Amino acid sequence: MTRVLHAEWTKLRTVGGPVGLLIGAIVLTVALGWLAASAAGCPPGGCVIDAAKTSLTGVLLGQAVVAVLAVVVVAGEYGDGTIRATLTAVPRRGAVLAAKAVTLTGPVLLAGLVAVAGSLAVGRAVLPGRGFALDLTDAATLRAGAGSVLYLALVALLALGVATVVRNAAGGIGIVLGMLYLFPVLTEVVTDPRWERRLRQIAPSTAGQAVQTTLGVDTLPIGPWQGLGVLALWAAGALLAGWLVLRLRDA
Amino acid sequence: MSLIRAEWTKFRSVRGWLIATTVGALLIVLFGWLTATGSRSSYQEGPGQPEIIGHPPVPTGPGGEAVKDQFTFAHRTLNGDGTITAHLSPLTASTEGPDGDPRDNDVPAWAKAGLIIKADTTQGSTYAAIMVTGAHGVRMQHNFTEDIAGPTGARWLRLTRSGKTITGYASADGTTWAKIGEVQLSGLPADAQAGLFATSPATATVTQHLGGGGMSTGGRSTATATFDSIATEGVWAGAAWQATSVGDPMDGSTPAVQQSGSTVTVSGSGDIAPDVAGAGVGIERVLIGTFAAATVVAVLGVLFITTEYRRGMIRTTLAARPRRGRVLAAKAVVIGGVAFVAGALGALVTLPVSLSILRENGNYIYHASTATQARIVLGTAAVLAVTAVLALAIGTIVRRSAVAVATVVLLVVLPYLLASAAVLPAGPSQWLLRLTPAAGMAIQQTALEYAQVDFAYSPAFGFFPLSPWGGFAVLCAYAVAALGLAAWLLRRRDA
Repeated sequence: MTRVLHAEWTKLRTVGGPVGLLIGAIVLTVALGWLAASAAGCPPGGCVIDAAKTSLTGVLLGQAVVAVLAVVVVAGEYGDGTIRATLTAVPRRGAVLAAKAVTLTGPVLLAGLVAVAGSLAVGRAVLPGRGFALDLTDAATLRAGAGSVLYLALVALLALGVATVVRNAAGGIGIVLGMLYLFPVLTEVVTDPRWERRLRQIAPSTAGQAVQTTLGVDTLPIGPWQGLGVLALWAAGALLAGWLVLRLRDA
Repeated sequence: MSLIRAEWTKFRSVRGWLIATTVGALLIVLFGWLTATGSRSSYQEGPGQPEIIGHPPVPTGPGGEAVKDQFTFAHRTLNGDGTITAHLSPLTASTEGPDGDPRDNDVPAWAKAGLIIKADTTQGSTYAAIMVTGAHGVRMQHNFTEDIAGPTGARWLRLTRSGKTITGYASADGTTWAKIGEVQLSGLPADAQAGLFATSPATATVTQHLGGGGMSTGGRSTATATFDSIATEGVWAGAAWQATSVGDPMDGSTPAVQQSGSTVTVSGSGDIAPDVAGAGVGIERVLIGTFAAATVVAVLGVLFITTEYRRGMIRTTLAARPRRGRVLAAKAVVIGGVAFVAGALGALVTLPVSLSILRENGNYIYHASTATQARIVLGTAAVLAVTAVLALAIGTIVRRSAVAVATVVLLVVLPYLLASAAVLPAGPSQWLLRLTPAAGMAIQQTALEYAQVDFAYSPAFGFFPLSPWGGFAVLCAYAVAALGLAAWLLRRRDA
């Protein structure tokens, strides 16, 4: 397994794309977080803002870049036929997928940590000027930050599973981004509160983002960690489907 | 032409792409069905009463649009042509908080009182009125949607009926009169109700929970105006003004009209205006699946070019057709056409099916004319066609499928999500929907902004900052710019 891991790590490290995408994820996450924090303000009627969640708005954008990276890691091999060499060298296909998952998760966790820490630092610097405070030592804020790092890693695993099933970069990223962005759009237009609640509980992105909430946690349709658990189930389901397809189909 | 046929043959011979196109159209239908099924409206006729699936009656104006029509009316029957003139004291008002607690005596900007002629006292009937407002001077308004500005200082008002023509005048001193407007009321009967009115819209306090949607709460406000020097010409029935609370805004609790000698005091609350913030559903809401279909056509548009690079086909294509710009144009025509047809079919099926489910679930659906419905169906198709072309262009520029698809989705879907889900405050949300390709979705909007109604017209409440065609033009500009860059790069780079 160590050698499989080493092989996957070498592949990830030596092609130009992944590093650029990870840096892109960090930059875009922090940039949107900065934009959201510096735009935070209230209409004359007053408002309530979740300072931690606002600072972490950029995760909505960063998740797409992380998903692209995960899709490229798998679909790239199908695109240029490397997958056949890979599976000839390592006939245990489950091991290949596991190694890909591990080598992907590490760098994504690291990039996620930098992106989230950067976003919170920016929020800490910008929000007081807008009349809000962000306490970085607050337990809920720390939970939101740590949860967001895990959220990004789980999105990467979800995308890895989906890409292994569809084997096509364009189709894979289309499906993953559809899962992440279309549920929230649908939630916006549904007016029946029960439906809205149910959608927020099952959608991978809205449930997973519950972990970012620090205000009104008890009114959330799903608890912060339970929500992240829902996303983890989606990721596990996608990886399982990917593993089955990888085992059963010709490469 | 043969180029287009060649590209069409390439598209239709990939079975997966045809399936994906069908899936895109079906996603519009599926999302429409989910939206309709997940939207239910019920109400109670009073505290403790059983819940009824449906909506309280919504008055509609002569144009079919939902309106607010609540005011206190001191009226007499005017038979045929006639004139009424009056002088008004400055408006006074009292406003309440959301819980009915007295708040202050500021006069709301659109509190209004003046002279009105109306077909009858039922809500939504045709009318024309000349009025003094809280902060917008003298106005002449008719049939809810129309509003003509007059001078700011005038206190004397006059309304004249001649056949179907109503003319409004205003004066500062009661001797020199300025004509404010002349309007036609086609549905006005010979016996119309005319007289004095006062009303004042509820104060709206918009609270926004970032990341959790916006909320608008308000309290009732009441405006009071004292009329004197009332003069009438023509055939007026009776001698005393009859008081009616149109739409019963006063709950019958306070005497809304008081006559003492030659002065009449009228107090009222409510509004005579289009209902912009009502609980109804705009028909475009069932077409939210356009975003799902846009994701699918983004994938197809990108694949249409990147597949050629991956398989090396592009060299054959460009060897056969050395004029590379034309190859790209032919691809744009084919992928745009396919997306247009899929979008039009999806929207055509979704609208009637989902609207009937919405109606069964008790929702009030805002009136949309046939022209508006046609604009929405064709607009959905056009947005998808342009999105597909944008994806083709971005695919040609970056050549990497995953990056290209993600770029298109992030440009078209994410800004809408950030703006409409109130992740960002109203100001930045509006800029997002002005500057990004997501502006194109404005082509579906049916909600209209009215200057004579104060409301938070923000994306969180379904209002796009640009007009339907203006927003679509922004999307088109992105597609044209990307296509231009793609054609230039295609000519310059080796395949």
